[in-house]
Amino acid sequence: MSNTVLSIRNLVVDIPTRHAVLRPVDNVSYDIAAGEILGVVGESGAGKSMAGNAVIGLLNRPAHISGGEIWLNGNRIDNLPREKLRRLRGKDMGMVFQDPLTSLNPLLRIGDQLTETMLTHLDISRSEAEKRAVAALEEVGIPAAAERVNSYPHEFSGGMRQRVVIALALCAEPSLIIADEPTTALDVSVQAQIIALLKRLCRQRGTAVMLITHDMGVIAEACDRVAVMYAGRLAELGPVREVIQNPRHPYTDGLMGSTPLASKGQKRLRQIPGSMPRLGRLPAGCAFNPRCPKAQDACRIDPPPTMEDGRAACLYPIEIEKKVPA
Amino acid sequence: MGNAALDPGALSVKNHAMLAYIIKRIVQSVIVLLVVGLVAFAMFRFVGDPIDNILGQERTQADIERLRVELGLDQPFVVQYWNFLARAAQGDLGVSYRQSRPVVEILLERAPATLELAAVSGAMAIIFGIMLGIFTAIRRDGFAANTIMTISLIGVSLPTFLIGVLLIYFFSVGMQFTLFGQTISTDLGLPSFGRGETVKIGGWSTGFLTESGLKALILPAITLGLYQMTLIMRLVRSEMLEVLRQDYIRFARARGLRERAVNFRHALKNTLVPVITITGLQLGSIIAFAIITETVFQWPGVGLLFINSIQTVDIPVMAAYLMLISVMFVAINLVVDLLYFAIDPRLRVDRTARGH
Ligand SMILES: Nc1ncnc2c1ncn2[C@@H]1O[C@H](COP(=O)(O)OP(=O)(O)O)[C@@H](O)[C@H]1O
Ligand SMILES: [Mg+2]
Repeated sequence: MSNTVLSIRNLVVDIPTRHAVLRPVDNVSYDIAAGEILGVVGESGAGKSMAGNAVIGLLNRPAHISGGEIWLNGNRIDNLPREKLRRLRGKDMGMVFQDPLTSLNPLLRIGDQLTETMLTHLDISRSEAEKRAVAALEEVGIPAAAERVNSYPHEFSGGMRQRVVIALALCAEPSLIIADEPTTALDVSVQAQIIALLKRLCRQRGTAVMLITHDMGVIAEACDRVAVMYAGRLAELGPVREVIQNPRHPYTDGLMGSTPLASKGQKRLRQIPGSMPRLGRLPAGCAFNPRCPKAQDACRIDPPPTMEDGRAACLYPIEIEKKVPA
Repeated sequence: MGNAALDPGALSVKNHAMLAYIIKRIVQSVIVLLVVGLVAFAMFRFVGDPIDNILGQERTQADIERLRVELGLDQPFVVQYWNFLARAAQGDLGVSYRQSRPVVEILLERAPATLELAAVSGAMAIIFGIMLGIFTAIRRDGFAANTIMTISLIGVSLPTFLIGVLLIYFFSVGMQFTLFGQTISTDLGLPSFGRGETVKIGGWSTGFLTESGLKALILPAITLGLYQMTLIMRLVRSEMLEVLRQDYIRFARARGLRERAVNFRHALKNTLVPVITITGLQLGSIIAFAIITETVFQWPGVGLLFINSIQTVDIPVMAAYLMLISVMFVAINLVVDLLYFAIDPRLRVDRTARGH
């Protein structure tokens, strides 16, 4: 891709514990281009957040990057010293967390939280930062922004707070935004608004977005491409429409089946039997094999092929013809 | 979750709950004071014979009868108790057996010594406690922080009188040892006895204005403040560690704020909300703890007065001290409780655990 913003190459994250080394992210690779929204989807515990935190350099000890490379705008960032990485955070890459109710400091006015972020990264005066703070709030759709800059977080509703959080993440104009389940904690009625806002802002500014979610509906709504994760590994990667219409990995297929998708016109939800294995208890071969309806003997022995050639990391991917209804 | 505060219905329920809570706390406080008053009165009335105490050996039956009526000892117990409380409320705490002066007068004379000592140790405990708490929280796994935490554990478990005696031994008496061929003495010439010179301003005698007065404060203030300091330090540390785990700290880091801004602008502010209230409570106990320190350093405050009154069985002084301390404790408790309740709904951070 020509204007690649983020490039993750064979990323491995390890958590050493007393008994074993857990591997919540195992050999994951993907790119995100400017203005592109990549959805990262998978069950809870699949390693989506770990991958996002690894990119922005906020892994909690003892978790750490133990392999692979992360490139941002052509510069390698996974091996940067702490202080250099801090300067990139907020300025070149921003992050939006799941819960807007706890993401904002309750004792600081939102205007102050905006200006301090800008003054940290941009070479502008305080009065200029204050002006931009109002503009940033207007841009994310906070009514009466000029007055609301002086409000405290608890004076906003959940949806409005997530707008403030997005304004904060974008205020120094980063080229990459990692949004970790940005709507999961919100009322269903405002979820779509927040996703639409994120999408609009990123399209306007050409920001690359890593949109982490466990909701296939959000993926279908907002994303250009989707990466499906299972037990720390990438199961499938491809353009959203193709993946939704012709999932090739049986796990993706199952994930579709358990999501009510209007476009597919399904009446009943299929459930994937069983649950995702815990880290350190992964079966040999493909991690999905115990739950897979198509698993063969080889799946229990050989690791799935790497993602480089095909779209799905599966020995026996679903054929495209088979998915077409007779 | 957090939207409950915006619901007007929830707000009025909260107000009712708060009113009920305040009333309950005030009733509890009054009961505590009545019980303490009863104990104090019982000491007055039944520990030794007040008439013996006042009249001594040379007395006639007429004297005894006259005093009995004068003191109201002929009246029913409840009436006597009520009169005792009424007099105490008006500031009449009786007359010291030993000094034959009103107890209130003696207490007022002794109060500045105790209050100055408590103020200095309190300030020391707060300033150093908060600084060390922040340090040990930020450098959680560092060698220095771990060392401080270990020492603080010793500090908490050492009895106050032992700390006082050790300080006197090192810095007042002085210990000598040889290091690299040089004899080093730890003697800093700090007084271990009394207040030094004091200056009277109005009715208040202060040790802050003379060199010997200030020097005399050092060792007792450390002795008295050390325990509170370690307590505040540990409190600040654990609160700060808790705050540093919060989402908004993570988000502040994700925005690339400098470590200093994260620690002091974002974390410290939130740490101090609960710390202030609990610290207020701790400071009240400094005055109570002063008994031991004042004894070790022969510091002429109300604590030493109390110890002396025990030795001389000066019941009115003992009873007055007991009531004074309990009134102070109950008052501080009440204020801090109400403060906490008032601060809680608006400022308390929602500490529900974060999702995956
Ligand atoms: N400190 C830790 N020790 C052990 N395992 C952990 C720790 N933190 C996270 N994990 C595991 O790492 C895996 C990935 O977690 P996460 O990235 O948060 O999942 P997701 O965001 O996809 O729901 C999970 O299986 C989780 O149990
Ligand atoms: Mg997650």
